[in-house]
Amino acid sequence: MDFGPHLLLASLEGAVTAAILALTAMGLSIVFGVMRVVNVAHGEFYMLGAVIAWWVTSLVGGHPAIGFVLALGIAPLVVGLMAAAADKLILQKINYDPDRTIVATIGLMYIIQQTTLMTFGPDARPVQPPFNTRLALPWFEYGESGFAMVWPWGLSITSYKLFVIVAAVAILTTLWLVITRSKIGLIMRATQLDSETAQAFGVPVDRVYMWVFGLGAGLAAVGAVLVVPIQQAHYLMGHDPLLLAFITVIIGGLGSLPGTIIAAILIGMSDGVISVFFSPTLAKIIATLVVAMVLAFRPQGLLGRSVH
Amino acid sequence: MVTKPETKFTRRGVLKTLAAGTGAIVATSALPGLSGFAQAQSSAPIKIGFQVHRTGIGAAYGRWYNRTTVAAVKRINDMGGINGRPVELVAEDDGTDPKRGAEVIEKFATQHNCDIAFGTLFSHVVYGSAPRAGELKLPYFVVSEGHHVASGKLNRYTLQPGITDVKSQVQAMAPFISNNLGKKVTMIFPDFAFGHDHRDFFTAAIEAQGGQVVESIAIPPTETSFSKYFPRIPRETEVIYHVMVGPAVLTFVKELGEFFGPNSPEIFGFIDSLEAVDLNSPGLEFLDGTYFWEGNPRHAQADQSSHDAAYRAAVGVDDSGASLEDAQDVSTYSHMFGCWETLNVIKRGMETANYQGPADRQKLIEAVEAMSDMPLSDDHPQGAKRFNGKTHQTFGHQYISKVSDGKLVVEHTTSIEDGLYPDEVDYTTQSF
Repeated sequence: MDFGPHLLLASLEGAVTAAILALTAMGLSIVFGVMRVVNVAHGEFYMLGAVIAWWVTSLVGGHPAIGFVLALGIAPLVVGLMAAAADKLILQKINYDPDRTIVATIGLMYIIQQTTLMTFGPDARPVQPPFNTRLALPWFEYGESGFAMVWPWGLSITSYKLFVIVAAVAILTTLWLVITRSKIGLIMRATQLDSETAQAFGVPVDRVYMWVFGLGAGLAAVGAVLVVPIQQAHYLMGHDPLLLAFITVIIGGLGSLPGTIIAAILIGMSDGVISVFFSPTLAKIIATLVVAMVLAFRPQGLLGRSVH
Repeated sequence: MVTKPETKFTRRGVLKTLAAGTGAIVATSALPGLSGFAQAQSSAPIKIGFQVHRTGIGAAYGRWYNRTTVAAVKRINDMGGINGRPVELVAEDDGTDPKRGAEVIEKFATQHNCDIAFGTLFSHVVYGSAPRAGELKLPYFVVSEGHHVASGKLNRYTLQPGITDVKSQVQAMAPFISNNLGKKVTMIFPDFAFGHDHRDFFTAAIEAQGGQVVESIAIPPTETSFSKYFPRIPRETEVIYHVMVGPAVLTFVKELGEFFGPNSPEIFGFIDSLEAVDLNSPGLEFLDGTYFWEGNPRHAQADQSSHDAAYRAAVGVDDSGASLEDAQDVSTYSHMFGCWETLNVIKRGMETANYQGPADRQKLIEAVEAMSDMPLSDDHPQGAKRFNGKTHQTFGHQYISKVSDGKLVVEHTTSIEDGLYPDEVDYTTQSF
């Protein structure tokens, strides 16, 4: 494939990766920002979202869109409630102590993964996309007769992949509005800034923590429901997103939402472009190297403020 | 001066004894029905350690290898067992992981006291496990397709009598591809031993036919998204040769179709890319008219043999290759027959050697090494085989099927001779 169309294709693939990554990493970032909790089980909430999406769509007959829309509503809700329950039953009991929280969420990760293996099984299961038309893309080339439009082999995207990008942008915009403009957002920001003072002003910090933890997991689940028609649900699928989400959040600055978005686009696009032109392994190596550089020279991340 | 006497107990040794003891107690209490056999040596069951991919990337194969193996053992027991003794399966999950595979082999030999080990599919697990089986002098019957057995890289205790290897398969396919589909081939294969076998042997085989591999694309078997690899397919490609494994094979084939849209080159795949996947899944319509290698035809053909019908019924597979209980649960029909046939070879080998216990393991291997032609029968429902005792590898027929209206219809059956190649090793000269 020629360089131009190749780059366009790589960028489109990268944009899909970036969209899913932004949602997943945003969940991790909000939880860390508000609660200062490092949630190692985040990838498993993502996987649960995909598995529940498969379950919902396999129960609902008719047009695939019906099942998909239901899954998009149900899966994040169920995952969010489960995460909120985990917060109430486990994390509150250990008082969000950083060391014990990490160990507890590692335990949670294994419990969720193995329970899924025992119930859902070891197979990868497909979810049908609500719509999936292949859109061939044209390319403009300067030939002997001036500019001409050509249709290179393989230069295409599906309508569903475009939808994933649009949906992720819409969800993140909504989230941004909720956090900056609504009373819920105000309470969240107050808790993030100084939880003791917030409590003194009547903010129920415990409940805010519980629902923020649920919201974080729910965002991962939304990302998973969007990705599952492209990738299939599988009990080990949470591993890579967890790693990439951590990389994104560290580069963007722990707790900084705009930083997370910028880092997600950076990582997703570079992952797409590098994997297409070189190899996917090299893309992971470079991403990890960038994390090391960020930690060495700008420990607070691109847009993070240094932790007091 | 008094020197401290060296203790004969090691921590590992004590743990092993304890574990074996506990295991034995649990086993005898859990299986009261079998404790009657234990007193009479001759009627004690023959224990076959079954290394099975219950989890990991090979899980779909493992599920069907398990069903086929259970059905084959039931048939053997219904016919009176081996040498008058019942056969008992000891199944252990290897997680489709080489390290775990070697541990499982060790458990079979030292903890479960199995007579033999059997069943592994994924080539990297065979590579990881076979050396340990050789050290423990445990006969290890693999059902793996990889060329590792016949290449001479393993040992006298590892045999593959029930399924043909990749080198033989691709050698038999190359003439069909170059005569009917095209000469310029792009290969897409998984990036581990099995895929490398495909790359190396097909490249050589197509060059022998006057063709050429214009690009080789290796994809990690754990990959979940594939579009990014396809732009490397050169424009001059006449034939795509694809073989993929792992949990995401459906995504792989779907994205291959999305990449090409309406103007694709000819496509020839190894059915591995769609084992355990319904051919009529949405997004696979583009496969209509393309060709597949099949180890054993998934759809019952018009000229189906009575042996295939009996085998299908015993394992519980319907005429389209899916489970009788669940039409969504599609089998790995091109590979799992190997378990059935291998177990029947083991039975014949043990009977020829008059196998009584682990002391007769060498006699069993010699008995199998002495085997040669195996006719199409209920024991060998996939077709006739020719076993080469020197290379420990069997040779057989291959099928080339065309997809038409969502069904795989056999277009060409290769002969055993098409897949033969010169010996690369003589295991019979190695000492036990």
